[in-house]
Amino acid sequence: MINAYDILETIRMIQDDCLDIRTITMGISLLDCIDSDIDKACEKVYNKITTKAAHLVEVGEQIEKELGIPIINKRISVTPIAIISAACKCSPVKFAHAMDRAAKDVGVNLIGGYTALVQKGFSAGDTELINSIPEALASTERVCSSVNIGSTKTGINLDACKLMGRIIRECAEKTVDSACFGAAKLVVFCNAVDDNPFMAGAFHGVGEPDCMINVGVSGPGVVRSALTKYPDADITKISDVIKEISYKITRVGQLVGTIASQRLGVPFGIVDLSLAPTPAVGDSVAHILEEIGLEKCGTHGTTATLALLNDAVKKGGVMACSRIGGLSGAFIPVSEDAGMIDAAKSGALCIEKLEAMTAVCSVGLDMIVVPGDTPADTLSAIIADEAAIGMVNCKTTAVRIIPAIGKDVGDELDWGGLFGCGPVMPLKKESPSKFINRGGQIPAPLHSLKN
Amino acid sequence: MRAVVTVIGKDAVGILAKVSTKCAEYNANVVEVTQSVLQELFAMIMLVDISKLNSDFSTLSDDLTALGEKMGVKIHTMHEDIFNCMHHI
Repeated sequence: MINAYDILETIRMIQDDCLDIRTITMGISLLDCIDSDIDKACEKVYNKITTKAAHLVEVGEQIEKELGIPIINKRISVTPIAIISAACKCSPVKFAHAMDRAAKDVGVNLIGGYTALVQKGFSAGDTELINSIPEALASTERVCSSVNIGSTKTGINLDACKLMGRIIRECAEKTVDSACFGAAKLVVFCNAVDDNPFMAGAFHGVGEPDCMINVGVSGPGVVRSALTKYPDADITKISDVIKEISYKITRVGQLVGTIASQRLGVPFGIVDLSLAPTPAVGDSVAHILEEIGLEKCGTHGTTATLALLNDAVKKGGVMACSRIGGLSGAFIPVSEDAGMIDAAKSGALCIEKLEAMTAVCSVGLDMIVVPGDTPADTLSAIIADEAAIGMVNCKTTAVRIIPAIGKDVGDELDWGGLFGCGPVMPLKKESPSKFINRGGQIPAPLHSLKN
Repeated sequence: MRAVVTVIGKDAVGILAKVSTKCAEYNANVVEVTQSVLQELFAMIMLVDISKLNSDFSTLSDDLTALGEKMGVKIHTMHEDIFNCMHHI
């Protein structure tokens, strides 16, 4: 029989420490839906999504019940729509509506893939798609969008950085009534990955199979709780404890993915080893860093503790699952993590520190609220800075930043639910306009030449 | 296929009887039972065979949870796979 202590440990992890599976995401290729008639293409998109994902939510709920572990989100990612819409030669907003309808009908809360990949320049369909993002996000409920503007291999498309600054502002302006929520559904990437299960940046890359299941685990509460048992241990021991717990968390992700893939008849792709937080008490990544020994997340030492955490999570998880992918790093959206919200409100956590943190963890400046009067060029420069970190360090970085239209430092935006709330964080006032308006391509770094 | 039924809470007369009666109603065969006071809690752990259930697993699980609420204890019914995967290489 299974050891009684082990059983109780598992139950405690789920009951008291918020262990859950953050998401089961079904990636669906839409390449076979391309049609020069946009209405026909949209119909094919709708039909393909609703056929492939017909039982996604039902199977997710079944597994939840059987294993006794919550699966918070069931989601869908699709092929970057710019590739599908290129043949239509018109505004691709109809695709967003078709995706939204499909998502509603199969019961998933978010669908990702309203995406363009422009790291080296714009091809047919890309500019139309990017320009339509504000309208697409304002007129749909569940669609998420992303744009890849740089990579280690290609360098950074500065024209795209410039464009995205304006698009982010427009997304926020068009959704002022819903706390600028449009901008929270848009991610700008450098080194975007094809199999990311986490929203809002998920899309189904063109090299992926027709349909597959990817799983994102969670469990910052479990890690923090395990660390409380070692108040005086040295940092090597801390790393070992995180590895052990990360192994256990990831095993559950592997199990859930395997069962889901069998029942849905779809191959199992990857487990994303990210410690995704939620705004719930006891589910915060920042609190892990504080447990390791920081008075407040954001103070000096934050980058080092985060590097240790991120590394240990990967080392523990790597043996627990057959394939790893996605972002796989500490996942810390400011508004979605109770400890990060506190730290930002108290002033301990500033945007420069967040930037430094992204140099050692996976996701970039995520869910950060900035003053409503921030110029588009400043947003573009923030994107360029973040992309440079990703490009030079050969890693994914992202910017999901929300200009709080009509608000300033001291105010906050509150979306409720999993998206949480975020205080407006101050930015520098000096203008980077001349740099941004130069346009062109920042060349790839020397160390990208590995062949 | 086996499930682990865990009862955690304050000890009382008849817990084992009530839980096993409920399992019998669903044709779930009790394979093994351990009972102890662990970390200041009364814990009874039952391993039950669920391969010949006369209903679906989620109904059994809901029914046991409800029974637990009535008795003032927490009852979790989980497939054994989650424990095996977490605690064995």
